[in-house]
Amino acid sequence: MSFRKIFTPHLGDPNCHTLEFYEKTGGYEGARKALRDWEPDALIDEVKASSLRGRGGAGFPTGVKWGFVPKQTDKLKYLAVNADESEPGTFKDRVLMERMPHQLIEGIIISCWAVGIHSAYIYIRGEYVHAYQRLVAACAEAYDKGILGSKVLGHDFHLDITVHRGAGAYICGEETGMLTSLEGERGQPKLKPPFPAIEGLFGCPTVVNNVETISNLPYIMEIGAEGYKKIGPESSPGPKLYCVSGHVEKPGTYELPMGVNLLELINDHCGGVWKGRKLKAVIPGGSSAHVLSADECDVAMDIESLAAAGSMLGSAGVIVMDDQTCMVNALLNVMKFYHHESCGQCTPCREGTGWLEKIVHRIAYGHGKLEDLDRIDTVCDRMVGKTICVLADAAAFPAWSFTQKFRDEFIHCIEHGGSPEVKRRHPDRIGGGLHV
Amino acid sequence: MSDLKFSEKGMKKYEWLLTRYPDKQAVLLPALRIAEAEFGELGIPEMKYVADLMGISPARVYGVVTFYTHFRRAGTGTFHIQVCSTLSCALRGSQELADHIAKRLGIEMGETTEDGMFSVSKVECLGSCDTAPMFQLNDNYHENLTLDDVDRIIEDCKKESARGGAR
Ligand SMILES: Cc1cc2nc3c(=O)[nH]c(=O)nc-3n(C[C@H](O)[C@H](O)[C@H](O)COP(=O)(O)O)c2cc1C
Ligand code: SF4
Ligand code: FES
Repeated sequence: MSFRKIFTPHLGDPNCHTLEFYEKTGGYEGARKALRDWEPDALIDEVKASSLRGRGGAGFPTGVKWGFVPKQTDKLKYLAVNADESEPGTFKDRVLMERMPHQLIEGIIISCWAVGIHSAYIYIRGEYVHAYQRLVAACAEAYDKGILGSKVLGHDFHLDITVHRGAGAYICGEETGMLTSLEGERGQPKLKPPFPAIEGLFGCPTVVNNVETISNLPYIMEIGAEGYKKIGPESSPGPKLYCVSGHVEKPGTYELPMGVNLLELINDHCGGVWKGRKLKAVIPGGSSAHVLSADECDVAMDIESLAAAGSMLGSAGVIVMDDQTCMVNALLNVMKFYHHESCGQCTPCREGTGWLEKIVHRIAYGHGKLEDLDRIDTVCDRMVGKTICVLADAAAFPAWSFTQKFRDEFIHCIEHGGSPEVKRRHPDRIGGGLHV
Repeated sequence: MSDLKFSEKGMKKYEWLLTRYPDKQAVLLPALRIAEAEFGELGIPEMKYVADLMGISPARVYGVVTFYTHFRRAGTGTFHIQVCSTLSCALRGSQELADHIAKRLGIEMGETTEDGMFSVSKVECLGSCDTAPMFQLNDNYHENLTLDDVDRIIEDCKKESARGGAR
């Protein structure tokens, strides 16, 4: 079966974000079909059968998650769409919200019908002002045309969508952090269980799904679970947005079937490594994923294949590094990020991310010691699996894989007075004193 | 006593927001956004106004505001340049970009020019990694930047300011 793009085919048209355009290209037919032909329970089973898996990072089966929400409950139920998109290297949800907001709204209608939800929130990161305005305008159009509100598409089903802006905090992408932030608090994650499906927003059962996950639903309605499952690998099928950045000729968002080969993605779609240079390393799934060295990059970009290769698909943020990249400096950048973004609740994370940054910093700036490499391992051991959320793990993974796979470079920096890149940029800062 | 007060339009928006959430506290972030838009920044008096309006303690509002990095805090320059310095941007020259801006404006990262016109800071990934290097200038993204672009944008800001336009 030839691959049909569902997210990006119309992006060339400047009006693709409008309701008129969306309806002209078959928009809202999936939601109509769901409301007309599908009993909610059967619809959940259909989504389970499609094997759609979450696109936010963890890859959890969407239908299964919906099935966890209690059927008999006196409480209201909520949908919270995760549009926080802050994983370094990731920018696909922004494209979907800016250019295809009605596809997301249609997906929300289908999800809410299946789970029996009448109130949905889209939690969008504060920096995405343009996407926020597009979403608000699209919702207004939808209310105006009776697509949202008291009688969704003329059916006896009411649904409200509220677009809610975040305010700059990576941790609000973690689902419980996001819900806490939505409730108007500091966005600190909470221990699970209880999982949001049982006790989430305002203490009520809540479905949390990523923007891209939800945007798949109209298509599943159109071609059915059977058709959907045929796209890409059976265990994690579907069309997929890959975000490619760093040292390639043509960085961008690429829509391809799940399971595209990573080298093919880089070489055939993105014009190869820039400036005719050679590939050194790739982070395949946002900065929380283990880095792959060039000889590990002949791998299929799907959940199982990348897990088997010792990394993860994560958010599909593919960060490409050429052979002139200093891996010590690159890791320092990543460690700074996690230290800055740790919410500080858990000691192993708050202190561990700080230590990792400090140790990598001193290696880069020319006063590292060989023992520091073991020290990094020890710090990582004390972080992984020991905290409220997995941000600590996400910081430890790159620390561990960069220092394992590019050990020679770290040793070279330790033995030769620091990172060549730092020496070039800050000759005055090398060697003397700690500059953290 | 400060005489801060939402405009009629702002108040209407706030009241509408109250109908969108089952719990009042959830309106805090959106209410702070209204305050930010109407008062230009969030300092202690602005936070206190929102706290009083919503009937929650000022300390709590302060605690929430300071958790986040994207609110426009008191003392921020008219033009706030936020340079993305996370990995994908760093791989394509964000450091050179930041250095150039700092030199042009004669300030360090995290500072504001004496005339209060520009603030510049380094921020984490803005979700625009494919257009690196880039920065956010107030609400807008400026992408695929060269050092010449930076000079032009800074000049444009100065012209805009001379014409009396602020944001
Ligand atoms: C530190 C951290 C940051 C996260 N950031 C995001 C994010 O920005 N967007 C997102 O959709 N999921 C993010 N997630 C994953 C969410 O917790 C959650 O798994 C996801 O939103 C569920 O939706 P899905 O099943 O559709 O993928 C993050 C997780 C962690 C631990
Ligand atoms: S692991 Fe880190 S980010 Fe997550 S809750 Fe604990 S301190 Fe906060
Ligand atoms: S790293 Fe700069 S926008 Fe993502």
